[in-house]
Amino acid sequence: MADLIVDAKGLACPMPIVKAKKGMDSLQTGQLMKLQTTDKGSMKDFQAWVNQSKHELVESHEVNGVFTFIVKKG
Amino acid sequence: MSTNPVQLRGMTAAELTKKIFANEPLFILDVRNEKDFNDWKIEGNQIQAINIPYFELLDGVDSVLEKMPGNQEVLVVCSKEGSSKFVAEQLIEQKRSDVSYLVGGMKSWSEHLEPVKIGDLKDGGSIYQFVRIGKGCLSYMVISDGEAAIIDTLRMTEVFENFAKENNAVIKHTLDTHLHADHISGGRRLAELTGASYWLPPKDADEVVFDYHKLEENADITVGNTKINIQPVYSPGHTIGSTSLIVDDKYLLSGDILFIQSIGRPDLAGKAEDWVGDLRNTLYSRYKQLSEDLIVLPAHFGKSTELGGGGKVAARLGDLYRENFGLNIQDDTEFRKTVTENLPSQPNAYQEIRQTNMGKITPSNEEQREMEIGPNRCAVHDN
Repeated sequence: MADLIVDAKGLACPMPIVKAKKGMDSLQTGQLMKLQTTDKGSMKDFQAWVNQSKHELVESHEVNGVFTFIVKKG
Repeated sequence: MSTNPVQLRGMTAAELTKKIFANEPLFILDVRNEKDFNDWKIEGNQIQAINIPYFELLDGVDSVLEKMPGNQEVLVVCSKEGSSKFVAEQLIEQKRSDVSYLVGGMKSWSEHLEPVKIGDLKDGGSIYQFVRIGKGCLSYMVISDGEAAIIDTLRMTEVFENFAKENNAVIKHTLDTHLHADHISGGRRLAELTGASYWLPPKDADEVVFDYHKLEENADITVGNTKINIQPVYSPGHTIGSTSLIVDDKYLLSGDILFIQSIGRPDLAGKAEDWVGDLRNTLYSRYKQLSEDLIVLPAHFGKSTELGGGGKVAARLGDLYRENFGLNIQDDTEFRKTVTENLPSQPNAYQEIRQTNMGKITPSNEEQREMEIGPNRCAVHDN
């Protein structure tokens, strides 16, 4: 179960990542954030953002055009 | 005393194209992710570009400021435009006044077509090149005596319709030099919209599910009353049907067989080994029999250095026989190796694009846009 759910559905670049970053900033190390977005472009960006951060992508999947990511704060 | 805040300006793809054609210096800050940037970016002889993804700039743009030239115009670019505006606004807050963003982002860049006049035809009339600068695709329009023919029509058919209208010409023919794998042809649709005839080489049309006119060597295609002949020359190698066109005994529309600094690749239909011999024969024998004074007008360019004065992509055939590395590989085995090994990666979604051009699938406009993202990658370059 995620400690924080960030709903970025319907938002376009750069807002999904802006919201995700704000969310991560509010968490403690080891806590989980769940991000949901419908913007295909920001999906790739989100993965690239997580890769260059200390955070860890725990899970990602797509259901009916909604991309869900679970990230653990590093 | 208060000063007016600097307004964020947008630069359109058309404005950017004119700057590149005029070789004006421009600094580009591309804020897409690194992979997208390395895959495909805006290029020009006087363009300097750096890539810093927008998601590395969420806490501020200080790291960019030090990398930007002090007094040069800066254009911020992203995929669609949202993130570039986000970054450009922050730069303006940091007192940079010469900053704009690319309107519509790389999506618009991919679709922009710039018409360039190539020359006049003997009996009146003109030939124009349409430069799709973002993707490196080239289309042509031959206009004579109130009629027009369009060769290798791109998906943005309204650009051709409007241009013909402005020149008081009725579109009579649309022709494809081959079944394209890197972009979606607008030829068939434009023919349907205007009542023109759509021509395609029959050897590339085995699997197509629509009617077409056979683009073959004995086909007689004229534009206008002045009989500007379009003479097809069978020139296989990029595809088995690839056909070049000689317009007005002066211009050689070489499709994807011969480019300015490179030659076509034979592998996009999965038959490199079969077609390499055809490619060799076309370039080293068939084309050799043509006049050296023909002006080669290819269907693509791959590098900004292939853009000549005013954005024209054209060269004399004789000059290409001296300067193009792909026409100067004397050894058969080496030629075979060059065009079958170490090829660049294939164009984005090339199989789906071929299916679309055969009429087998009909993606939505948005899907077609997505399929065409990225460079054309139809050539074998020497580096």
